[in-house]
Amino acid sequence: MRIVASYLIGLVFGTGLTISGMINPAKVLNFFDIFGTWDPSLAFVMGGALLTTLVGYRLVLGRSGPLLETKFRLPTLKVINGRLVFGAALFGIGWGITGFCPGGSIPALGTGRYEVAIFTAALIVGMILTNLLLGQVLRPAKSS
Amino acid sequence: METAFTPISAAFGGVLIGLAATLLMLTLGRIAGVTGILVGLFFASDLRDWAWRAAVVAGLITAPVLITLATSQTPVVTIPVSSPALIGGGLMVGAGVVLGSGCTSGHGVCGLARFSLRSLVATFTFMISAAVTVAIVRHVLGG
Repeated sequence: MRIVASYLIGLVFGTGLTISGMINPAKVLNFFDIFGTWDPSLAFVMGGALLTTLVGYRLVLGRSGPLLETKFRLPTLKVINGRLVFGAALFGIGWGITGFCPGGSIPALGTGRYEVAIFTAALIVGMILTNLLLGQVLRPAKSS
Repeated sequence: METAFTPISAAFGGVLIGLAATLLMLTLGRIAGVTGILVGLFFASDLRDWAWRAAVVAGLITAPVLITLATSQTPVVTIPVSSPALIGGGLMVGAGVVLGSGCTSGHGVCGLARFSLRSLVATFTFMISAAVTVAIVRHVLGG
């Protein structure tokens, strides 16, 4: 049941990312190119997704728990630190170079383009190495 | 390269993304952040934790396949980027989203919908950073 629900949710998620144009780097890059070939579509994707999630979370998080698990797992970290800002800035640079964010590249794999596989392989290597490094060397930032 | 302004399909796709985020919270009580789901796939605590993540990723990848079969048109993916840039940018995105604990979906949609200050700071930072990068690549370097 959990697996079927997860797959169907992934399907809805991937359909949204595909229809909205988030899987298309040319479109994403044009959103950021305000003084060039600007395409404001991405603002409508973010707006539609954010409004729907705002309403959805308002309804769902009022419940005592989720349907198929015992409790909601929400991030508890509150601290604004250098790691958060540096990480987000680094992500933005990579996004600005390639036009792919993780949620764009994973569904884009389904179109069978080899360039997407190249990006996604590098993405996953970067994720795994950084996660290992954080676990073994840096240690996650404490909230104090 | 110009792309058409498509507010209707963009907003409709956005609503589907929000619906998926809502349903994942309703069923499994989880944040629909692609970064968290993907990283957890490689560092899952057990098979049960791995299985739902793998199922979401399978759904994400098969969505455009089903759209292609249903409409007999492959969704447009135009990649005006060289392979070395895809590798370098991919490594940066991978490292950045792990350090920053999330990407567009986790911070930009789910986090903002929870009024998380961390997500607001992260989203503001990566949007500005991406816009500055595109400005430099296209208008300063002229690429």
